[in-house]
Amino acid sequence: MIEFLQQLTNGLALGSILALVALGYTMVYGILRFINFAHGDLFMLGAFAGYYVAPWVARALPLPSLSGALVVLAVSMLVCAIIGLLIERFAYRPLRNQPRLTMLITAIGVSLFLENGGQWLLGAAPKRFPLLLPAWGQWKIAGLTMNSNQCVVILVTTLMLLALRFIVLNTRMGRAMRAVACNPDAAALMGVDTNRVIAFTFALGSALAAAAGVLFAINYPSIDPLMGILPGLKAFVAAVLGGIGNLPGAALGGLIIGITETMVAGYISSTYKDAIAFAVLIIILLVRPSGLLGKRENDKV
Amino acid sequence: MKPLLKLEHCTIRFGGLTAVSDLDLTIHHGDLVGLIGPNGAGKTTVFNLITGVYQPSSGQLSMEDRPLSGLYPHQITARGVARTFQNIRLFHSMTVFDNVRAVFHLHRHGDVRHALWRGTTFFRRESQITSRVNELLDLFHLGGFRDQPATSLSYGDQRRLEIVRALATQPKLLLLDEPAAGMNATEKLELNRLIRHIRDSFSIAILLVEHDMQLVMDVCDRLVVLDHGVKLAEGSPLAIRHNPAVIAAYLGQDPSTASTLNT
Amino acid sequence: MNIVHAKTWLVGTLLFGALACFWGGHLAPYPLFVVCNIGISIVMAVSLNLINGHTGQFSLGHAGFMAVGAYVSAVITNHYNESGPVLAGLEFAAALVAGGFAAAVAGLLVGIPTLRLKGDYLAIVTLGFGEIIRVILQNMDAVGGARGLSVIHGYTNLFWCFALAAITVYVVAGLVQSTYGRGFIAVRDDEIAASAMGISPTRYKVTAFVVGAFFAGLAGGLYAHSTQFLTPNGFGFMTSITYVVMVILGGMGNTAGVILAAILLTLLPEGLRMAADVERLPGVAAVRPLAWLVNTRMILYSLLLILLMLTRPQGLFSFRRQPGKPSLH
Repeated sequence: MIEFLQQLTNGLALGSILALVALGYTMVYGILRFINFAHGDLFMLGAFAGYYVAPWVARALPLPSLSGALVVLAVSMLVCAIIGLLIERFAYRPLRNQPRLTMLITAIGVSLFLENGGQWLLGAAPKRFPLLLPAWGQWKIAGLTMNSNQCVVILVTTLMLLALRFIVLNTRMGRAMRAVACNPDAAALMGVDTNRVIAFTFALGSALAAAAGVLFAINYPSIDPLMGILPGLKAFVAAVLGGIGNLPGAALGGLIIGITETMVAGYISSTYKDAIAFAVLIIILLVRPSGLLGKRENDKV
Repeated sequence: MKPLLKLEHCTIRFGGLTAVSDLDLTIHHGDLVGLIGPNGAGKTTVFNLITGVYQPSSGQLSMEDRPLSGLYPHQITARGVARTFQNIRLFHSMTVFDNVRAVFHLHRHGDVRHALWRGTTFFRRESQITSRVNELLDLFHLGGFRDQPATSLSYGDQRRLEIVRALATQPKLLLLDEPAAGMNATEKLELNRLIRHIRDSFSIAILLVEHDMQLVMDVCDRLVVLDHGVKLAEGSPLAIRHNPAVIAAYLGQDPSTASTLNT
Repeated sequence: MNIVHAKTWLVGTLLFGALACFWGGHLAPYPLFVVCNIGISIVMAVSLNLINGHTGQFSLGHAGFMAVGAYVSAVITNHYNESGPVLAGLEFAAALVAGGFAAAVAGLLVGIPTLRLKGDYLAIVTLGFGEIIRVILQNMDAVGGARGLSVIHGYTNLFWCFALAAITVYVVAGLVQSTYGRGFIAVRDDEIAASAMGISPTRYKVTAFVVGAFFAGLAGGLYAHSTQFLTPNGFGFMTSITYVVMVILGGMGNTAGVILAAILLTLLPEGLRMAADVERLPGVAAVRPLAWLVNTRMILYSLLLILLMLTRPQGLFSFRRQPGKPSLH
C-alpha cells in the first residue's frame, strides 16, 4: 500500500509536468486546429534557458533558494514566450490560410530545426542542470517518502493551472481566446484582433512548456537538446487523451499518463514504459473516440 | 403490391428534442411523393432516417418488407435507396466523369482483387463501366463536361450531376433534398421535366423535399406535410392546397380565416 | 497515368532495373547504397500516399509497418542459407513477400480499431502503434532486442529496388485509377456523400491501410538486406515523419510528385554529406569552410523544409490549383 502511494506521488509529479506541456498543445489546437509539433522542443528550450539563466540569477539572489528558483522559472518562461511568439510570427502565421497539413509539416520542420540547431549550438552532450532548490530533504509521512522537489512541482503546477483558468475564464483576452476558438471568422468580424489572440496563445503555451522544462530539470537534472521529444510526444498523447482543445482534459490526460507510466515502470517493467502512454491512449480512444472530456463533433448532413 | 418503403411509428429524438414524432410513411414503386413543411419541420431528418445516417429512437423502417434498421448508410444504398444533398456534396477533387464512375463499384463484388491484379476481367469491366457512365452523362446532357472538375460546373449542373450520380447506384427509390434550391425560373422548369423523366424512364420511386410550392404541386402525385416533426396531412396536391391545418401551419393563421395556399 | 500504358512502363522499368543492376556492379558501394535507398523511399512514400494522400487518412506510423517487414524477412533469410543466385533470389523474394504479408496483418490490426477516429486522433493513434511496435521489438530478445539484429545476406541490389519501386507505383497508381479505387478519393473528398453512394468508408480505409502496410513491409525487407543491421530505434517516429514529409512535399495524392519528392529528399541529406566529404579528398583540403556542412546538415534540411512549406505550400510538384473549399484555418 505504501509502495502504491509512493508510486502515485511520483506519478503525480511526472503527470503535472506532462499536464503543463499538454496544455500548450491543447490551447494552440483549440484555436488553430493545428498540432504544434515543435511544442516539445520549447520544453527543452525552457530547461536550457533555466540552465543559462541560473548563474546570472545566482549573482543577485542566493541560489539554491525558493525565491531564486522562482526567478529562474519566470525568466525561462519569458524567454520561451518570446521564442514562441517568433516561431508563430515567422513560421506559422504566413501559412494561416493554407491547409492544416502544411502548417503541420512546418511545425515538424521547426521542431527538427530546434533539435538540430540545439545540438549544434548548445552541444549534443547532456548537461548537468544546476541545483535551484535547497534540499530540504525528504519527509516521511507514515512511511511515504515525499521529495521536496516533487512538492514544489505539484504546487507550482497547481498554481499555474489556476492562473490559466483565471486567464481563460475571467479576462478580456481569455474571452477573446474562447471566441477565436469557437469561430475565428466570427470573432474577427466582432472586432477581436485574431492575430494578437493567436500570438498570445502561443506565448502562453510556450511559457507553460518552459515552466514544465525547468520543473522537469529540477527533478531529473540532466538536460540535452533532444530531451523534449519524448515528453513532448507523451504530452501530446495526454492532450488527445483528455480531448484535444479541452483545457481540463489536457490536465487530466497528463496526470493519467504520468501516473500510469510510473505504475507500469514500478510494477511491471520499465522497458515497456515508453509504450504505455500509447497503449492507454489507444484503449481510451477506442471507447471514447473524442477523448475523455472532448465533445463529439457530428458532421452535419 | 408490396410497398417499397415503409416507415411505421418512427420517432427520433436528439436529447430532449423530438425531431420526428410517430411518423408513418409508405412509398410504393413508381410513386412521386413530395415531403413539405415549414423550416425545421424535420424533413431532412426523415431523409437521414431513411438513409441510415440516424437510427430511429423507436419505430420500424422496412424496404420491401425487409427491415432497414441497424444498417449503415452504404448498405442501405446497396438495398436501393440513393439521395442528393441539400448542400451539394459532390466529390470535389474529381472530374464529372469520375464522380459518376466512383459509385459504379457498387454493382460488383471482389473488385479490389481485380483492381490489384489487373487481368483481362479488370479491363473488360472498366470499359463496360466507362461506356455506361458515358451513356448516363449523355442522357442528362452532361457529356460535354465529362473531363471537367465537378466543382467547375454551374450550380444547376452540379445539382443535375448529383442526381446522375445517385442514379448510377441503380436505386429503386431516389431521395431529392431541395433540388430546386438556388435555381432560377428556367432551371426550375427544366428540373420539373427532369424529375418526371427520371421517374418514367428509370421506373423508380422519388421522394422529394422542396420549398418551391409550384414545383411540388406540379410534379408530385402525393404530398406529405410535416410540422414540428408531426405528420400534419397527406394527400393529393389539390387536397393539401385546401387543407386548413396546412395553411395554418404555413401562414400561422387561424384555419377559419385562411384562404387557400398561395402558390 | 494511362491504364493501358502503365504495363509498358512497368516492363520498361523492370528491364532498366535488370540492366542497371548488371552494369551497376562497377559502382562504388556508397552511391549504390544511396540509389537503393531512393528505391526504398519510393516504395515507402508511394504506399503511404495511398493512405495519407488518396484516402485522406493521416498515418504517422508507416515506419512501424516497415519494421515488421524488415524483421520478418531478416529472420527468414537469416534462418535459411541458400547458395546459388537463383535459389537465393527465390528465397529473398519469398522473405520479402512474407514480410509484406506480416506488415499487412499489422495494417489490418491498426486499421480496424482506428476507423472510428478522424484526423488528429487517427494521426496520434497510428503514431502510437508505430511506437508500440518499436518498443515490442526492443523487448524481443529473439531478434536482438535493443542491441539490434545482424542480417547475414546483403541481397538487396539495384534490380530489387527498381523492381519493387516500379511494382509499387504500378499497383498503387493503377488501383487508385480504377473504378474501385475512385472510392478511396470519394472517401477523402466527402465521407458522408461516399457512404450515401454505397461506398463503405470503413472498408476503403482498412483496404488502404492493408495495401499500404504490405508495401511498407516490402520496403522494410529491402532495407534490412541493404543495411544488414536492424535496430528498433531505426524505425521510430522520425522515420515515419520522413516519409510523411515526402508525401506532403510531393503533393498529397499526386503519384509523380511523391516519387520526385522521395528521390529529392533521399538525395538531399546524402548530397549535403557528400559535399562535406569533399573536404576530406586529397587536394581539396584547403576548402575548410565546407566542414561546417557536416554538423549543420540536418539544420539545413529542416530550414529547407520550412522554406519549402512557406513558398510552395501545395507541394513541390503540384502545379494544379488545389480544388475544393478554401479553408479558413
